[in-house]
Amino acid sequence: MSARAESRLWLAQRASAAVLALCVAMHLATMIIAVRGGLTAAAILGRTRGSALWAAFYALFVLAVATHASIGLRTIAAEWLGWRGRAADGAFAGIGLALAALGAYAIVAVIR
Amino acid sequence: MNTLAVDVWRGGADGRFQEFPVPRRDAQTVLDVVTYIQRKLDPTLAYRFACRVGMCGSCAMTVNGRPRWTCRTHVSEVTADGRLRIGPLANLPIVRDLVTDMREFFDKWARAKGQFKATATRGQDFARIAPASRERRAIDAAIECIGCGVCYAACDVVAWNPDYLGPAALNRAWTLQNDPRDGARVERLAAVSGDAGCHACHTQASCTERCPKHLSPTASIAELKRASVLAVLKGEL
Repeated sequence: MSARAESRLWLAQRASAAVLALCVAMHLATMIIAVRGGLTAAAILGRTRGSALWAAFYALFVLAVATHASIGLRTIAAEWLGWRGRAADGAFAGIGLALAALGAYAIVAVIR
Repeated sequence: MNTLAVDVWRGGADGRFQEFPVPRRDAQTVLDVVTYIQRKLDPTLAYRFACRVGMCGSCAMTVNGRPRWTCRTHVSEVTADGRLRIGPLANLPIVRDLVTDMREFFDKWARAKGQFKATATRGQDFARIAPASRERRAIDAAIECIGCGVCYAACDVVAWNPDYLGPAALNRAWTLQNDPRDGARVERLAAVSGDAGCHACHTQASCTERCPKHLSPTASIAELKRASVLAVLKGEL
């Protein structure tokens, strides 16, 4: 892959890591507060449904996961399995899209 | 402890360790041990050295699992139980015994565009570079590399990806990126930012931990990563 593409992937990996650091912390904190506060699943869904804010938060979270995981897996496959090149790049782009699709499905379930 | 039990690598990649008893001496270096074996016990032992005082960088070997200059390593620093295990540097093809083939290591310096590309001619005035300038200080921090290959042998990323340019070549590239007289900075950035370049570094810092000159190739590589991303954002790369 070209120097430009590698540099962009590196930037995307670092930027998505920074987003994940915030999103994971907020996600965990919210979960713990909700469970300790005794909220039921129905009560949680009652708060998330129709909320543009939660939809935006989890959309950002899912995008960061899809970006970070696919780039990271690509590097692991290159280093540990020696799997590099166009086929590998295509496969990990596919994994990124699949993660984004699964995440979008989950968001729709919680928000709609 | 009057005698050292020294395991020395013999043969090529499919070789094995052979044990030699070597008399223990005061202020004895690992290079003294290897030289004793070659002169007194087995003249067929192949190893490489030149200056014996840490200037040439040719006597690097793997000593008890770590790459080191053997001339600047006292036996007392690396063994407590009187045993030494001396092998060739890792991540390089073995020629024979303790001698590795360094060609790939130096070819990577060339691949990282480690050559200065002049932009002026001898007819022009000297370039004036202030000693306190940011560029000059960045160069000073990285320039003292003597190409011994210790960092390259210590690097896990080289072991995982044989095409990875490695700490020394990338460190060299970073010194040239800071040279205001150099005319190949964009080409060099492109050469060091591919999938075998700076972005492959995991910042494990084994190179920095092992460098006998106390340089930090890790820092140079981190700067190359930043520089390449900046160049992409500016549309130069």
